[in-house]
Amino acid sequence: MTPSLSYYLILSAILFTIGMLGVFTRRNVLIVFMSIELMLNAVNLTFVAFARGLNSLTGQVFVLFVMAVAAAEVAVGLAIIISYYRNRSTVDVDDLSLLKW
Amino acid sequence: MLTFFFFILAALSIWTSLMMITRRNPVHSALFLVLTFCSLAVLYFLLAAPFLGVLQVIVYAGAIMVLFLFVVMLLAAENREQTEADPQPGVKTAGYLVSIVFAATMIWVVAKSPLTGESGGLTVNQMVADNTQRIGMELFSAYLLPFEIISILLLAAMVGAIVLAQRHFGATDTEETAPPLGLDDAPPPLDDELLRSGDRR
Repeated sequence: MTPSLSYYLILSAILFTIGMLGVFTRRNVLIVFMSIELMLNAVNLTFVAFARGLNSLTGQVFVLFVMAVAAAEVAVGLAIIISYYRNRSTVDVDDLSLLKW
Repeated sequence: MLTFFFFILAALSIWTSLMMITRRNPVHSALFLVLTFCSLAVLYFLLAAPFLGVLQVIVYAGAIMVLFLFVVMLLAAENREQTEADPQPGVKTAGYLVSIVFAATMIWVVAKSPLTGESGGLTVNQMVADNTQRIGMELFSAYLLPFEIISILLLAAMVGAIVLAQRHFGATDTEETAPPLGLDDAPPPLDDELLRSGDRR
Protein backbone atom coordinates (compact mmCIF):
# COMPACT_ATOMS: atom_id res chain seq x y z
CA MET A 1 0.00 0.00 0.00
CA THR A 2 1.37 3.36 -0.96
CA PRO A 3 0.45 6.64 0.71
CA SER A 4 -1.95 8.62 -1.42
CA LEU A 5 -1.17 11.91 -3.12
CA SER A 6 -3.10 14.01 -0.63
CA TYR A 7 -0.85 12.81 2.23
CA TYR A 8 2.14 14.32 0.48
CA LEU A 9 0.24 17.51 -0.31
CA ILE A 10 -0.80 17.93 3.32
CA LEU A 11 2.77 17.32 4.48
CA SER A 12 3.91 19.91 1.98
CA ALA A 13 1.30 22.39 3.25
CA ILE A 14 2.46 21.83 6.84
CA LEU A 15 6.11 22.34 5.92
CA PHE A 16 5.25 25.49 3.99
CA THR A 17 3.33 26.80 6.98
CA ILE A 18 6.25 26.10 9.29
CA GLY A 19 8.49 28.05 6.92
CA MET A 20 5.99 30.91 6.94
CA LEU A 21 5.87 30.83 10.72
CA GLY A 22 9.66 31.08 10.77
CA VAL A 23 9.55 34.16 8.56
CA PHE A 24 6.94 35.77 10.80
CA THR A 25 8.36 34.99 14.21
CA ARG A 26 12.14 35.19 13.83
CA ARG A 27 14.22 38.32 13.64
CA ASN A 28 17.55 36.82 12.67
CA VAL A 29 17.70 37.36 8.92
CA LEU A 30 19.68 34.14 8.41
CA ILE A 31 16.91 32.04 9.95
CA VAL A 32 14.33 33.95 7.93
CA PHE A 33 16.37 32.97 4.90
CA MET A 34 16.45 29.31 5.95
CA SER A 35 12.67 29.42 6.38
CA ILE A 36 12.37 30.65 2.80
CA GLU A 37 14.45 27.67 1.71
CA LEU A 38 12.10 25.41 3.64
CA MET A 39 9.12 26.92 1.81
CA LEU A 40 10.81 26.34 -1.55
CA ASN A 41 11.38 22.72 -0.56
CA ALA A 42 7.74 22.30 0.43
CA VAL A 43 6.73 23.48 -3.03
CA ASN A 44 9.24 21.07 -4.57
CA LEU A 45 7.60 18.25 -2.65
CA THR A 46 4.26 19.27 -4.16
CA PHE A 47 5.76 19.17 -7.64
CA VAL A 48 7.25 15.72 -7.15
CA ALA A 49 4.06 14.39 -5.56
CA PHE A 50 1.97 15.59 -8.50
CA ALA A 51 4.51 14.17 -10.94
CA ARG A 52 4.08 10.82 -9.23
CA GLY A 53 0.33 11.16 -9.05
CA LEU A 54 -0.02 12.02 -12.75
CA ASN A 55 2.70 9.62 -13.94
CA SER A 56 4.53 12.48 -15.63
CA LEU A 57 8.08 13.81 -15.48
CA THR A 58 7.21 17.47 -16.01
CA GLY A 59 6.97 18.13 -12.29
CA GLN A 60 10.42 16.69 -11.72
CA VAL A 61 11.88 18.93 -14.43
CA PHE A 62 10.32 21.93 -12.73
CA VAL A 63 11.89 20.93 -9.43
CA LEU A 64 15.24 21.14 -11.17
CA PHE A 65 14.50 24.71 -12.19
CA VAL A 66 13.32 25.61 -8.70
CA MET A 67 16.55 24.20 -7.26
CA ALA A 68 18.63 26.28 -9.68
CA VAL A 69 16.71 29.44 -8.83
CA ALA A 70 17.01 28.67 -5.11
CA ALA A 71 20.77 28.26 -5.44
CA ALA A 72 21.04 31.60 -7.22
CA GLU A 73 18.80 33.23 -4.63
CA VAL A 74 20.85 31.89 -1.75
CA ALA A 75 24.13 33.03 -3.28
CA VAL A 76 22.92 36.59 -3.91
CA GLY A 77 20.99 36.83 -0.64
CA LEU A 78 23.89 35.69 1.49
CA ALA A 79 26.19 38.09 -0.34
CA ILE A 80 23.79 40.91 0.48
CA ILE A 81 23.67 39.80 4.13
CA ILE A 82 27.49 39.71 4.35
CA SER A 83 27.73 43.11 2.74
CA TYR A 84 25.10 44.53 5.09
CA TYR A 85 26.69 42.99 8.18
CA ARG A 86 29.97 44.57 7.19
CA ASN A 87 28.41 48.00 7.06
CA ARG A 88 25.97 47.81 9.97
CA SER A 89 27.17 44.94 12.19
CA THR A 90 23.70 43.46 12.58
CA VAL A 91 21.57 40.71 11.07
CA ASP A 92 18.36 41.69 12.86
CA VAL A 93 15.52 42.28 10.43
CA ASP A 94 14.15 45.13 12.55
CA ASP A 95 17.39 47.02 12.03
CA LEU A 96 17.36 46.54 8.27
CA SER A 97 15.24 49.63 7.85
CA LEU A 98 17.50 51.88 5.79
CA LEU A 99 15.16 51.76 2.80
CA LYS A 100 12.04 52.24 4.88
CA TRP A 101 9.94 55.09 3.65
CA MET B 1 5.06 -0.54 4.27
CA LEU B 2 5.55 2.58 2.18
CA THR B 3 2.91 4.35 4.24
CA PHE B 4 4.83 3.45 7.37
CA PHE B 5 8.01 4.97 5.92
CA PHE B 6 6.05 7.98 4.79
CA PHE B 7 4.73 8.69 8.26
CA ILE B 8 8.16 8.28 9.83
CA LEU B 9 9.69 10.67 7.30
CA ALA B 10 6.81 13.13 7.58
CA ALA B 11 7.15 13.23 11.35
CA LEU B 12 10.92 13.62 11.04
CA SER B 13 10.70 16.47 8.55
CA ILE B 14 8.03 18.32 10.55
CA TRP B 15 9.96 17.90 13.80
CA THR B 16 13.28 19.02 12.32
CA SER B 17 11.72 22.02 10.61
CA LEU B 18 10.01 23.04 13.85
CA MET B 19 13.36 22.73 15.62
CA MET B 20 14.90 24.79 12.83
CA ILE B 21 12.63 27.78 13.40
CA THR B 22 12.81 27.61 17.21
CA ARG B 23 16.56 27.27 17.88
CA ARG B 24 18.29 30.37 19.13
CA ASN B 25 21.64 29.43 17.62
CA PRO B 26 21.66 29.74 13.80
CA VAL B 27 24.22 26.92 13.53
CA HIS B 28 21.76 24.52 15.18
CA SER B 29 19.02 25.81 12.88
CA ALA B 30 21.16 25.13 9.83
CA LEU B 31 21.97 21.60 10.97
CA PHE B 32 18.30 20.82 11.63
CA LEU B 33 17.49 22.15 8.18
CA VAL B 34 20.03 19.71 6.73
CA LEU B 35 18.05 16.91 8.42
CA THR B 36 14.82 18.24 6.93
CA PHE B 37 16.38 18.25 3.48
CA CYS B 38 17.63 14.69 3.92
CA SER B 39 14.21 13.40 4.94
CA LEU B 40 12.69 15.21 1.95
CA ALA B 41 15.28 13.50 -0.24
CA VAL B 42 14.11 10.09 0.99
CA LEU B 43 10.52 11.18 0.30
CA TYR B 44 11.58 11.94 -3.29
CA PHE B 45 12.87 8.39 -3.54
CA LEU B 46 9.49 7.13 -2.33
CA LEU B 47 7.84 9.29 -5.00
CA ALA B 48 9.71 7.65 -7.90
CA ALA B 49 12.20 10.52 -8.31
CA PRO B 50 15.63 9.04 -7.49
CA PHE B 51 17.50 11.64 -9.53
CA LEU B 52 15.93 14.50 -7.60
CA GLY B 53 16.52 12.69 -4.32
CA VAL B 54 20.24 12.52 -4.98
CA LEU B 55 20.25 16.07 -6.27
CA GLN B 56 18.47 17.22 -3.12
CA VAL B 57 21.23 15.77 -0.97
CA ILE B 58 24.02 17.13 -3.14
CA VAL B 59 22.65 20.58 -3.92
CA TYR B 60 20.59 21.43 -0.85
CA ALA B 61 22.09 19.46 2.01
CA GLY B 62 25.54 19.73 0.47
CA ALA B 63 26.09 22.99 -1.33
CA ILE B 64 23.43 25.41 -0.11
CA MET B 65 23.60 24.50 3.57
CA VAL B 66 27.40 24.57 3.55
CA LEU B 67 27.12 28.09 2.16
CA PHE B 68 24.71 28.92 4.97
CA LEU B 69 27.00 27.49 7.62
CA PHE B 70 29.95 29.42 6.22
CA VAL B 71 28.01 32.67 6.41
CA VAL B 72 26.63 31.95 9.90
CA MET B 73 30.13 31.28 11.19
CA LEU B 74 31.52 34.24 9.29
CA LEU B 75 29.05 36.57 10.99
CA ALA B 76 30.28 35.86 14.53
CA ALA B 77 27.65 33.29 15.45
CA GLU B 78 28.68 33.01 19.07
CA ASN B 79 26.89 36.17 20.17
CA ARG B 80 23.70 35.60 18.28
CA GLU B 81 21.74 34.12 21.18
CA GLN B 82 21.94 37.31 23.19
CA THR B 83 21.40 39.71 20.36
CA GLU B 84 18.14 38.35 19.05
CA ALA B 85 15.21 39.77 20.97
CA ASP B 86 11.66 38.61 20.61
CA PRO B 87 9.64 40.34 17.93
CA GLN B 88 6.85 42.63 18.95
CA PRO B 89 4.05 40.54 20.47
CA GLY B 90 1.50 41.78 17.97
CA VAL B 91 3.63 40.62 15.07
CA LYS B 92 4.08 37.21 16.62
CA THR B 93 0.38 36.71 17.32
CA ALA B 94 -0.55 37.86 13.83
CA GLY B 95 2.07 35.47 12.44
CA TYR B 96 0.59 32.50 14.31
CA LEU B 97 -2.91 33.48 13.25
CA VAL B 98 -2.03 33.87 9.57
CA SER B 99 -0.09 30.60 9.59
CA ILE B 100 -2.95 28.63 11.15
CA VAL B 101 -5.47 30.09 8.71
CA PHE B 102 -3.12 29.39 5.82
CA ALA B 103 -2.54 25.77 6.85
CA ALA B 104 -6.26 25.20 7.36
CA THR B 105 -6.99 26.65 3.92
CA MET B 106 -4.37 24.52 2.21
CA ILE B 107 -5.54 21.32 3.88
CA TRP B 108 -9.15 22.18 3.09
CA VAL B 109 -8.26 22.74 -0.57
CA VAL B 110 -6.36 19.44 -0.74
CA ALA B 111 -9.28 17.61 0.84
CA LYS B 112 -11.88 19.24 -1.40
CA SER B 113 -10.27 19.37 -4.83
CA PRO B 114 -10.28 16.28 -7.07
CA LEU B 115 -6.48 16.31 -7.65
CA THR B 116 -6.62 15.23 -11.23
CA GLY B 117 -4.79 16.40 -14.31
CA GLU B 118 -3.38 15.42 -17.65
CA SER B 119 -1.60 12.11 -17.22
CA GLY B 120 1.93 11.78 -18.50
CA GLY B 121 1.27 8.21 -19.56
CA LEU B 122 4.30 6.67 -17.88
CA THR B 123 4.29 3.73 -15.53
CA VAL B 124 6.08 3.95 -12.21
CA ASN B 125 8.66 1.44 -13.40
CA GLN B 126 9.40 3.58 -16.43
CA MET B 127 9.74 6.67 -14.25
CA VAL B 128 12.19 5.00 -11.89
CA ALA B 129 14.18 2.84 -14.27
CA ASP B 130 15.73 5.51 -16.49
CA ASN B 131 14.73 8.53 -14.46
CA THR B 132 17.87 10.56 -15.18
CA GLN B 133 17.80 9.81 -18.88
CA ARG B 134 14.17 10.79 -19.21
CA ILE B 135 14.66 14.04 -17.30
CA GLY B 136 17.64 14.83 -19.52
CA MET B 137 15.61 14.20 -22.66
CA GLU B 138 12.86 16.49 -21.35
CA LEU B 139 15.36 19.20 -20.45
CA PHE B 140 16.99 19.22 -23.85
CA SER B 141 13.83 18.99 -25.92
CA ALA B 142 10.69 20.52 -24.45
CA TYR B 143 12.42 22.71 -21.84
CA LEU B 144 15.51 23.77 -23.77
CA LEU B 145 14.83 27.50 -23.58
CA PRO B 146 14.17 27.59 -19.79
CA PHE B 147 17.26 25.46 -19.34
CA GLU B 148 19.44 27.98 -21.18
CA ILE B 149 17.81 30.88 -19.33
CA ILE B 150 18.50 29.21 -15.98
CA SER B 151 22.17 28.81 -16.91
CA ILE B 152 22.41 32.53 -17.66
CA LEU B 153 20.60 33.27 -14.39
CA LEU B 154 23.12 31.17 -12.48
CA LEU B 155 26.01 32.96 -14.15
CA ALA B 156 24.49 36.36 -13.36
CA ALA B 157 23.85 35.33 -9.75
CA MET B 158 27.42 34.09 -9.39
CA VAL B 159 28.89 37.34 -10.70
CA GLY B 160 26.47 39.35 -8.60
CA ALA B 161 27.29 37.44 -5.43
CA ILE B 162 31.02 37.95 -5.96
CA VAL B 163 30.58 41.66 -6.56
CA LEU B 164 28.25 42.10 -3.58
CA ALA B 165 30.43 40.18 -1.15
CA GLN B 166 33.60 41.96 -2.15
CA ARG B 167 35.14 44.16 0.46
CA HIS B 168 34.31 47.85 0.37
CA PHE B 169 31.41 47.40 -1.97
CA GLY B 170 29.80 50.80 -2.19
CA ALA B 171 31.79 52.00 0.78
CA THR B 172 34.84 54.03 1.55
CA ASP B 173 38.00 52.93 3.31
CA THR B 174 37.00 54.71 6.49
CA GLU B 175 34.42 52.16 7.59
CA GLU B 176 35.10 49.75 10.38
CA THR B 177 35.02 46.66 8.28
CA ALA B 178 37.68 44.39 9.65
CA PRO B 179 36.61 43.62 13.27
CA PRO B 180 33.31 41.79 12.65
CA LEU B 181 34.84 39.42 10.15
CA GLY B 182 38.27 38.90 11.58
CA LEU B 183 39.50 37.51 8.30
CA ASP B 184 41.69 40.33 7.15
CA ASP B 185 44.84 41.98 8.26
CA ALA B 186 44.86 45.33 9.98
CA PRO B 187 41.78 47.54 9.58
CA PRO B 188 42.20 50.39 7.15
CA PRO B 189 43.50 53.64 8.67
CA LEU B 190 40.70 55.81 9.93
CA ASP B 191 40.27 59.33 8.74
CA ASP B 192 39.91 61.61 11.76
CA GLU B 193 37.84 64.19 10.00
CA LEU B 194 35.27 61.68 8.84
CA LEU B 195 35.17 60.03 12.24
CA ARG B 196 34.39 63.28 13.98
CA SER B 197 31.51 63.98 11.64
CA GLY B 198 29.84 60.97 13.20
CA ASP B 199 28.42 59.67 9.94
CA ARG B 200 29.51 56.17 9.11
CA ARG B 201 28.13 56.27 5.63
